[in-house]
Amino acid sequence: MNRIVTYKLAPGVLLLAAAAVLPLVSDGYWLSIATTAMMYIALSTSWALFSGPTHLIALSTGAFFGIGGYLVGTGMSDYDQSFWTMAQIAPVVATALALLVGLATLRLSGVYFVIFTLGLAEMVRNLVSWVQNNFLGSRGLYVLTDFTEAHIYWMLLAVAAVVFLAGSWINQSRLGFALRIIGNDEEVARHVGINTAWSKVILFMTTGFFAALVGAIVAPRYSYIEPNVVFSPELSFMVVIMALLGGVHRLWGPLVGVIPFTLAWEAITVSFPNSTTLFLGLSFLLIVYLIPHGFTGLFETMLGRMRK
Amino acid sequence: MDILLSGLLLGGTYALMAMGLNLQYGVARIMNLANGEMLVLGGLAAFWLFTSAAISPLLTIVIVAPLAFVGNWLVYRFLLLPLVRRAKNQGQLEVDSILATFGMSFVLVGVMVSIHGEYFTYSFLADPFTLLGNTVALNRLVAFVGACIIGGALYYWLNRTYSGTAVRAVSVSTEAAGLVGINVDRVSALAFAIGGAVTAVGGTLISTFITLDASIGVIFTMKALIILIMGGVGDIRGAIIAALILGLVETIVATVIDPGLTLVAAYAIFLCVLLFRPQGLFGRKTT
Repeated sequence: MNRIVTYKLAPGVLLLAAAAVLPLVSDGYWLSIATTAMMYIALSTSWALFSGPTHLIALSTGAFFGIGGYLVGTGMSDYDQSFWTMAQIAPVVATALALLVGLATLRLSGVYFVIFTLGLAEMVRNLVSWVQNNFLGSRGLYVLTDFTEAHIYWMLLAVAAVVFLAGSWINQSRLGFALRIIGNDEEVARHVGINTAWSKVILFMTTGFFAALVGAIVAPRYSYIEPNVVFSPELSFMVVIMALLGGVHRLWGPLVGVIPFTLAWEAITVSFPNSTTLFLGLSFLLIVYLIPHGFTGLFETMLGRMRK
Repeated sequence: MDILLSGLLLGGTYALMAMGLNLQYGVARIMNLANGEMLVLGGLAAFWLFTSAAISPLLTIVIVAPLAFVGNWLVYRFLLLPLVRRAKNQGQLEVDSILATFGMSFVLVGVMVSIHGEYFTYSFLADPFTLLGNTVALNRLVAFVGACIIGGALYYWLNRTYSGTAVRAVSVSTEAAGLVGINVDRVSALAFAIGGAVTAVGGTLISTFITLDASIGVIFTMKALIILIMGGVGDIRGAIIAALILGLVETIVATVIDPGLTLVAAYAIFLCVLLFRPQGLFGRKTT
C-alpha cells in the first residue's frame, strides 16, 4: 500500500519541486507567464473536478474569480482589512453563492445549469457596479501589498497543489465514485440511492471555493481593481477551453492543456491583439471537431494502438 | 402607462428572437448559443445598409431573411449534423452543441468586430407617435408590428400547414416522426434555418431602437434562453407571454431603479421560474 502511494506521489512531488524553484532561476517576462499559467492550472483543474465527471459545462469561473478579486479590493480599500483576512472571507462568500446557484439549478436538467452560469459573471458585475456607484461611491479600489510576482506564483502553486490533493482524494472517495455514476447515467445513480443533486452541489461548491481563492491571490497583481476588470466572462471560457484541450477525464489532464495554451495565447495576443475573440472561437471549434477527448484522450488512443 | 406600453413593445421583439431559438432547440435539438450573434448580425446588416446605401431597415429584412436562412441551413448541415450523428445520447449532443455554438459565436463576434468595432448607431423613424393618448417612439411601434406579423405567420405555418405539422411532430419525438415517414434530418435543418432567419430579422428590427455592438450578442442569447425556459420548450404561446413579461419587467426596472440592472432583473425572473415553475408557464409537470 505504502509503496503504491509513493509511486503515485513521486512524479507529483518532483513536478512540484521543479515548479517551486522556477522563480529562483527566472524572472520578469517568463515568471509572469508562469504565474498566469499557474493561475489557469489551479482554475482549470478545480473546474474539471466538477465538470469532468458530470459533463456539465460550468461558465461561472469568472463570477467566482471576480468575487475573490473584488472582495480583496473592497476590503482593503474601503474597510482597511488585511489581505489575509479578505483572502479567507472571499472563498467563503463564493462557496455560499455556489451553494445557492447549485441548489436552484442542479436539481433540474443540466441545460438550466449551463444557461444560469453563462450570464452569472456579467450579472454579478452589474449588481456590484450598481451597489458601488449608488452606495459606496464610485472610486477605484487599490490593492497595495508588498508581494512580488514570485510570492503570488508560490501562493498559486500551493493552491494548485491543494487542488490536486483534493482531486485525488475525491476521486478515491465515495463522492467521486458517486459522481462518476451520475455522469454515466443519472437515472441509474438515482436508483442505487445516490443523492444526485447534493453530490453535484458539493462538488460545484469546491470549484467556487478555489476559483475565488485564486481570484483573491491574483488581486495584488492588478493593484487597481474595477468590477469591469475582475468579472471577466472571457476568463470562464479560457478555463473551459484549457481544461477540455487537456482532457477532463484525468486529474492531470487540464495541466497538459494549460501549458501549451497559455504559451500559444501569449503569442496570439502579441501578434493579433484585435482578433483574440476569433481565435477563442476557433479553438472551441478545433476541440469539438478534432480532439473531443483532449490531449490525454489522444495520448491514450495512441498508446492503445501501439499496444495492439 | 408609458412604461407599460414601451415594455410591451420591447417584449414583442424579444418574442421574435425567442421563437427563433425555440425552433432551433425544440425541433432541431441544438442549444444554439450563437443565437444572439445571429441577432446582432441582422442588426449589423441594417446599420451597414442604412448608413452606406440609405436602405430602410424594413427593406433590409427582405435581404437578411433569405441570407440568414441559407447561412443557418449550411451551418446545420455541415457543422451540427455531424455532431447529431456522432452523439450517443441527448446529453452528449447537448455538451457538443453547446461547445460548438460557443465557438461559432466567438468567431462571429471576431468577424463582426473586424467589420465594425464600434456601436451600430443610426437613427431610423426616431419620431414621437401618439398611441392611446401616450407617446411612444415610432421605431419601437414599427418593430412591434413587424414582430407581430412574422410571429403570426410562423404560428399559422406551424399549426395550419402540412410542413408545419411535420416540424411539430419532430419536436415531439424524433424517433416517432421518423417512423411515420418524416425525413427528420431535413425537417431539423429546415427548422434550424427558419429559426436563424427569424432571429436575424428580430435583430434588424431591434437595431432600429436599441444600439447594438459586436459583442452584445451573449446578452440577447441569455434573454432568449430565459424566455425559452419560462415559456416552456416548444411552446410558442408560452414564449410570447414570457417575452412580454421579460420586456415589461426590464422596462420597469430600467426606468424606476437603474438601467444597469436589466440583466439582474432577468436573472431574478429566471430564478423564480427555476424555483417555482421549471417546466415553463404552461408546461405540465413531468413525472
